[in-house]
Amino acid sequence: MTNHYCDIKNSDCILIMGSNAAEHHPIAFKWILRARELNGAKIIHVDPRYTRTSARCDYHVPLRSGTDIAFLGGMIHYIIENNKYFKDYVVNYTNAPFIVGPDFNFQDGLFSGYDPEKRKYNKDTWVLEKDDAGIPKRDMTLSDPRCVFQMLKAHYSRYTLDKVSSITGVSKENLLKVYSEYSATGVPDKAGTECYALGWTHHTVGSQNIRTMAIIQLLLGNMGIAGGGINALRGEPNVQGSTDHCILYGNLPGYLKMHVASLDTLEKYLHKYTPESKDPQSANYYSNYPKFHVSFLKSMFDDKATAENEFGYPWLPKLDDGVAYSLMHLFDKMYEGKVKGLFSVANDPAVSSPNAGKVRKALEKLDWLVGENIFNNETYEFWRGPGVDPKKIKTEVFLLPASATMEKEGSQSNSGRWVQWKYKAAEAPGDAIPVGEMTLKIMDAVKELYAKEGGVHPEPILNLKWDYTDSKGRFDALKVSKQINGYFLQDTVIEDKAKGTTTTFKKGQLVPTFGNLQADGSTSSGNWIMAGSFTADGENKMMKRGKEDPTGLGLFPNWSFAWPVNRRVIYNRASCDIYGKPYNPKRKLLEWVGDKWVGDVPDGPWPPMADKEKGKYPFIMKTDGVGALFGPGMVEGPFPEHYEPLEGPLTKNPMSSQLINPAIEIFKGELDKVANASEKYPYVCTTYSCTEHWCSGALTRWQAWLLEAMPELYIEIGDLLAKEKGIQNGQRVKVSSIRGSVECVAMVTKRFTPFQVEGKTVHQVGLPFNYGWLFPKDGGDSTNLLTPTVGDANTFCPEYKAFMVNVERA
Amino acid sequence: MDITRRGFLHLSGAVGSGIALSTLGINLKPTRAYADELNKMNRVKAAKQVTTICCYCSVGCGLVCSVDKMTGKIFNIEGDADHPINEGSLCAKGAGFFDLTEANKHRLTKVLYRAPMSDKWEEKDWDWTLKRIARLVKDTRDAGFVKTNAKGEVVNRCETIGHLGSSNVDNEECWLMSVKCRALGLVYIDHQARV
Ligand code: SF4
Ligand code: SF4
Repeated sequence: MTNHYCDIKNSDCILIMGSNAAEHHPIAFKWILRARELNGAKIIHVDPRYTRTSARCDYHVPLRSGTDIAFLGGMIHYIIENNKYFKDYVVNYTNAPFIVGPDFNFQDGLFSGYDPEKRKYNKDTWVLEKDDAGIPKRDMTLSDPRCVFQMLKAHYSRYTLDKVSSITGVSKENLLKVYSEYSATGVPDKAGTECYALGWTHHTVGSQNIRTMAIIQLLLGNMGIAGGGINALRGEPNVQGSTDHCILYGNLPGYLKMHVASLDTLEKYLHKYTPESKDPQSANYYSNYPKFHVSFLKSMFDDKATAENEFGYPWLPKLDDGVAYSLMHLFDKMYEGKVKGLFSVANDPAVSSPNAGKVRKALEKLDWLVGENIFNNETYEFWRGPGVDPKKIKTEVFLLPASATMEKEGSQSNSGRWVQWKYKAAEAPGDAIPVGEMTLKIMDAVKELYAKEGGVHPEPILNLKWDYTDSKGRFDALKVSKQINGYFLQDTVIEDKAKGTTTTFKKGQLVPTFGNLQADGSTSSGNWIMAGSFTADGENKMMKRGKEDPTGLGLFPNWSFAWPVNRRVIYNRASCDIYGKPYNPKRKLLEWVGDKWVGDVPDGPWPPMADKEKGKYPFIMKTDGVGALFGPGMVEGPFPEHYEPLEGPLTKNPMSSQLINPAIEIFKGELDKVANASEKYPYVCTTYSCTEHWCSGALTRWQAWLLEAMPELYIEIGDLLAKEKGIQNGQRVKVSSIRGSVECVAMVTKRFTPFQVEGKTVHQVGLPFNYGWLFPKDGGDSTNLLTPTVGDANTFCPEYKAFMVNVERA
Repeated sequence: MDITRRGFLHLSGAVGSGIALSTLGINLKPTRAYADELNKMNRVKAAKQVTTICCYCSVGCGLVCSVDKMTGKIFNIEGDADHPINEGSLCAKGAGFFDLTEANKHRLTKVLYRAPMSDKWEEKDWDWTLKRIARLVKDTRDAGFVKTNAKGEVVNRCETIGHLGSSNVDNEECWLMSVKCRALGLVYIDHQARV
């Protein structure tokens, strides 16, 4: 979230799209409803299915799964055509006035530089022009035909009401209703926010769904303000934290880039990822990248990491350039027999992974599997799953009993970036220990073997700093969290030129802000964005429970710690005009008073940008200092474009000759079957959760109260389709895709209504993804037996939200 | 001084009776009825109150665990009324939090081991288990380690071990796993953030 949960109350218009907040984030929904109570906010729900969220909204607009970009592209068109954008903001705070390079173009669904064989773009032409001094050229009148604004306008002029209506199945009246309601927030004193969840990420165009909305929010001046932003209602308790610490192939903690083969020295690596800006008004905060990265290496290897050995850079693994190693790639390689061992920690991939049938077959090829969890699940017991003969499975399986959350101390980060401390209430039962302790002990045992026997490339294992236990030899969360924050490794004098002060820190003190990190090895920080979660003297800010709310906006600056540096709304300098006066004086998030910012922790101390000498642009993490309407960072193009899902009802994309996202990776294994626009699988299908279960249900299915409320798998099927198929409410049905099938109960409902798409009637159905064969015994199996192995082109988030099925009476 | 429900529980637990509260200069009228009610709740009153955060969705609702001081066991978990996000309320999952404690008989309490070709679990101790896992990790890593890629570039990685999870554990645990994977040279590293 750019903002946070309590901040939603400050909104005037809330677009819920890609989320069923009322059922999946009930307490978040409380803040949505509070915005209505306090401000008379309008609440709009755009979703294929009518849910409890729809029931509490001002209106519900159903759209066909997988057509969000078309819907939002139409909104961009509407905003520009009807002059609804916030001109002052767009001109000053976005790259709208920048000039696009002469060789960039877009034709029939493809941007310049496409290589159909590799399914990848060469982005050399996706550039913005610079003047002789190396500063981006601008046309502040926004009239140059090659300026970003005009290019954006031209791109989305194709998203007419007729076109969008025909693709999405949304009536033109409904489109106009949402467009006009939402774009009314493009004025200084109104805030609009967007709440999404997996309904946006689970698509082959997931990242671009979100980026399309980011463009809208920039056009309307809704980024960086109270009650605005783009807000992911994320699904897992610590998914913000686990992402921040990057248990992900492509990043190191703090979103640092994973090392790749072509960058064989630390110098080359740092050079590549340290952006340069010639514009004196751009803070270009990532110019500090080497400080964050070297401090991370120091946190791993401590005094073993020296300038001479490149701080251990050569010890760490390197990815092949341009190759992905995501969950889907892992199971693909495992299915080929190339992966021998797997750690499966507090998850259930045999239920939660796409094309679960392939995943379960892949698990059979493992030599060993280590599971760590508080309950058993379908992954750990794959060797006696449906149709599996244990006597033929060679895998050695370990299932390690874990402490539950209230049986251990540590911190957890919510979606609003609040890092909250949890305390240990009781001992875990039996031999259960925290996952952190298992991690320490397993690695201790591995270290011991390497110390005794030697082995291949032992340096990173032997040199790893690994002393995170207390005096009794148990996992010490506080020690780890201090290591994450970071230390001064020698006496250091920090000079603040702006304030004219110097501060001396002693070796062993904690680093109070990432602004103090160094690239010479004199500081450590396990994750730079968490630097400042402690004070230099060791006060743990994550434990704070102060309820003061000086702005009245619900920032709660003394409750827990929010990264970065306790900033509650990121990009907050954009809430003020170029002189530092709040655009909306009624919701004053920040204000430049005299020679300082007052309010939330500002995005950097510099004066507002009207001060040509010392002032900085507001988007300090962007190299150019402004929000990107033109976003060349995305793999499938700088402007989002509508493509059909990998599996959909159409044979032709109404927007272009490119049916599917040209940049997605196509998996070609024997079990990776696809049936687009097939008569055998005529219905669009989507998947979702319910209030009582959580994700794969691996925790909640074992709980009697929750299971009783939601006991088994069902399919929601519209009454018209049910009638057509002769299916009655409560009957058992078989749902199949080309990859697999599940049996479940039919829930005949008015919540799904058919769509008119390109002149034909398209039915959509949906199933929850919370069930698995192990428990309860008659609860039905995983919905992911149906879903395809394919992911978003940027992130490899699987396409769980749009694929094709058939439904028959069982 | 505001007395929230939780604050009140703290105070009354600490001083033992409502009488002592008046010495703090607090107007007890509005809370007296409540205190009478509390007299029936001796267990709660005497309990240690420990705060935690919900382990399901990312809203981060606060909860309070009541722990019996004699047995050290949790006997009640409810919403934290002082928490600025949930203000005491919880959804069905958070409200059912107690069923995650050891009171739930499905909880795993022993290391379970399934030998190759076996059709059942057997219980093991930690010592044997850690040694066996370390052995498998080392042998698999040493046998499959890739020093250079097809282009001849140095890559120093282990492609034969994967690591999945987790966004359902604490930050400190996440960081340790992230670092452990890198030290071992793993590249197939992923978790629920993607799925
Ligand atoms: S109680 Fe419900 S809404 Fe609150 S964090 Fe837990 S799952 Fe989310
Ligand atoms: S049933 Fe639920 S809503 Fe009704 S009184 Fe009980 S707890 Fe409250």
